[in-house]
Amino acid sequence: MSGIPHDHYEPKTGGEKWLHSRLPIVGLLYDTIMIPTPKNLNWWWIWGIVLAFCLVLQIITGIVLAMHYTPHVDLAFASVEHIMRDVNGGFMLRYVHMNGASLFFVAVYIHMFRGLFYGSYKAPREITWIVGMLIFLMMMGTGFMGYVLPWGQMSFWGATVITGLFGAIPFIGEALQTWLLGGPAVGNATLNRFFSLHYLLPFVIAALVIVHIWAFHTTGNNNPSGVDVRKGSKEEAKKDTLPFWPYFVIKDVFALVVVLVVFWAIVGFMPNYLGHPDNYIEANALVTPAHIVPEWYFLPFYAILRAFTAEVWVVQFTSFITGGIIDAKFFGVMAMFGAIAVMALVPWLDTSRVRSGTYRPMFKWWFYLLIVDFFALMWLGAMPAEEPYASFSLIASAYWFGYFLVILPLLGVIEKPTAIPATIEEDFDAHYGKASDAKAAE
Amino acid sequence: MLKKLVIGAALALTPVAAMAAGGGDQHIEDFAFSFEGPFGTYDQNQLQRGLQIYTEVCAACHGLKFVPIRTLSDEGGPHMPEDQVRAYAAEYFSVYDSVEDEDRPATPVDNFPANTNAGAPDLSLMAKARAGFHGPYGSGMNQLFKGMGGAEYIASLLDGYTGEEKEEAGTTLYENTAFPGGWISMAPPLSDELVEFSDGHANDVRAMSQDVAAFLMWTAEPKMMARQQAGFVGVLILTILSVLLYLTNKRIWAPVKGRKDS
Repeated sequence: MSGIPHDHYEPKTGGEKWLHSRLPIVGLLYDTIMIPTPKNLNWWWIWGIVLAFCLVLQIITGIVLAMHYTPHVDLAFASVEHIMRDVNGGFMLRYVHMNGASLFFVAVYIHMFRGLFYGSYKAPREITWIVGMLIFLMMMGTGFMGYVLPWGQMSFWGATVITGLFGAIPFIGEALQTWLLGGPAVGNATLNRFFSLHYLLPFVIAALVIVHIWAFHTTGNNNPSGVDVRKGSKEEAKKDTLPFWPYFVIKDVFALVVVLVVFWAIVGFMPNYLGHPDNYIEANALVTPAHIVPEWYFLPFYAILRAFTAEVWVVQFTSFITGGIIDAKFFGVMAMFGAIAVMALVPWLDTSRVRSGTYRPMFKWWFYLLIVDFFALMWLGAMPAEEPYASFSLIASAYWFGYFLVILPLLGVIEKPTAIPATIEEDFDAHYGKASDAKAAE
Repeated sequence: MLKKLVIGAALALTPVAAMAAGGGDQHIEDFAFSFEGPFGTYDQNQLQRGLQIYTEVCAACHGLKFVPIRTLSDEGGPHMPEDQVRAYAAEYFSVYDSVEDEDRPATPVDNFPANTNAGAPDLSLMAKARAGFHGPYGSGMNQLFKGMGGAEYIASLLDGYTGEEKEEAGTTLYENTAFPGGWISMAPPLSDELVEFSDGHANDVRAMSQDVAAFLMWTAEPKMMARQQAGFVGVLILTILSVLLYLTNKRIWAPVKGRKDS
C-alpha cells in the first residue's frame, strides 16, 4: 500500500518475525485496517461497508437456501414453498435474501451517486471506478438470474424478455440467444445454468471487491473536499487523516446498524412490498402476465431500453443509414448498455479538474437534476409503454446521455469553481471545529 | 401495471409492485383484517371458519396443493388439535397412493390435494399473488399503510357480484366489481347461510368472504406471526445496538473534533 505515508506493521516477537519473513499476512491485514483515511469523510461514505455486508449476507443466506432449493422447472416453485413452510427459519432466510438484493442495490446506487457528486472517479481513481462498474454489472447479472430461480410468472417472463434482448443483436442474435438459454426458449436448461451462475458470480464479485479496495487503498480515499491528503511526511499526513480503525470502523458499523434497523423492519413487517405479486404464481409458458416488469433496481435502465421506439427520429435515422441492420429493438438494447457505458467512461468525460461537486456551482444543479432523472426513469420503467410515459421516457433518457456526453465535458470549460480549502484539515476544522478549541473549552 | 416509489430520509428505497391490468375500474374495499399492520395477528376462530368455508365450498373446484394439512394444528395458524386435524384429513380428502395403486383417505402429512377440475387456479398463494391496492397514481405507496391488499382483493371479489351475467363465446360471465375487467367466469360461490357455523357466527356473504379471505392469507403466509415476532426482536436489538454504537462513535471522535460549527 503505497500512497499516504503511515506507520507500518513491525513484527516484534520471534514468532511474528518468523511468519512475517515467510508470509507477511499480518502486515497486510494491519496496513489494511489501519490505513490513513481522510478525517473529513461524511455520512455518504458509509455505503461501502453496507455493500460489503450485503455481499456477505447474500452469500451466506444464499448458500443455505441452495441446500433446500431444487433447480428444476417442475420442482423449483414447490421447493421455494417448501423453504417457506417446512424448513426451520426458511421463511426468514428467503425473505432476508430477497430483500437483501434490494438493500444491495439501494446501497450501490447511493455509493455510485456519491462517487459521481464528489468526483471520486477522477484521476487517480479511474481504476477504482471501472472495477466498481464491473461489480455493478455483475450484480445486475446476479440479481436478474436470482429473480428467475423461484420460477414464478415474473421469473419466467422476465427471463424471456431480457434474454430476448440478446436476440436483437444483428446477424448473431438468434444463435446467441439460443446458446444463452440452452435451447429455443426459457426452459430447464436455462433454469439450471442460471442457478449455477447465480451461485458463481457472487464469488467473482468478492474477488472484484478486493481489487476495488486494493485500488483505492493505493490512491487513498477521495473525500468531500476532493483535496488530496498531504503526503510530504507522516506528520503532515496525520493532520489530514485518521486510521481506519477505530474511527471509521465504528462510524461505519454504527451507520450499518441504523440501515439494518430499517432493513429488518421491512423483512419482518412487509417483506413482499418490493416484490411483484405475479411471482407467487407458478411459471406458465402459456399465460403471459398483463405487464412484465423487472425488479425495481432495473427500472431506470429498462425505461431507457423502451424509450427508443421505432417512432423516434434518431432510431429511424440510424435504421436508415445502417440499412435496417440497427432496428428499434437493437437500438434500445444499445441505449440500455450505453447508459451504463457512459457512466463507466465518466472519468474521461468530465473535463473539470475540480473533484468535489461542493465547489462547482453549476455542476451541482445538473447533478441534482440527474438524481431526479434517475427516479423519473425508475417510475417510467414501471409504467405501461404508452403515452404520455413514452415521451417522458425519451426526455429522461436524453437527459441521462446529455449529462454524461454533453454537460460534463462542457461544464469543465465554462464553469468557474468556488474557493477550495487548501487542506483536508482546513475543511474538517471548518465543519467540526478544531480539536484544540474543544480542549480549550474543557 | 403499477409501481411504487418511496424515498426514505436516509434510505431511498424504490420498489416496484404491480398488479394486473388497468385497475381503474376495480373496487377493492379496505376491510379491517385482524392480521394487518406490524401488530396484527391471525384470528384463530376466523381461520377455522375460513377453513370450513373452503372445505365446504371452494374445495369443489380449487386446490391448496402447497399447504400441508398438518399445518392446520400450527400455532400462529388455525391451531386445531392434532386428532381433530387427523379426523378432518380423513373425512374430507383422499389422495392417490402409488404403492397400493388406489385412493386412500388423506392424513395430516399429506398436502391438501390439487384440484384442476374446473380449471380453477390453486389458492395456496392467492392472497400474495394479488395486490388490492396500488395507488396513489399507480405509485403503490398506499401499500405502506394498507398492506398489499391480497386478502382485501379476495374478500372484495367474493362480495363483489352485482347479479348481472352475460354469455360470451359460450361461457357465462358474471359481473364483479373487484375483478379486473369487471366480468369473471366464476359463478358467485357464496350465498347467505350457505355454511352453518357450530358457534352460530354470522354467515352472510360479506362475513364469509372475509373469513375465507383471512384463511387464504394464512395459507399464503403461514409464518406471518413468527416473522413479525422476529421483526420486533430484531428491530429492538438493532436499535439498542445502534444507540450503543452512536455513543461509542461520539466518544471516539470527541478528542478529534472541536465544537460543531464553531
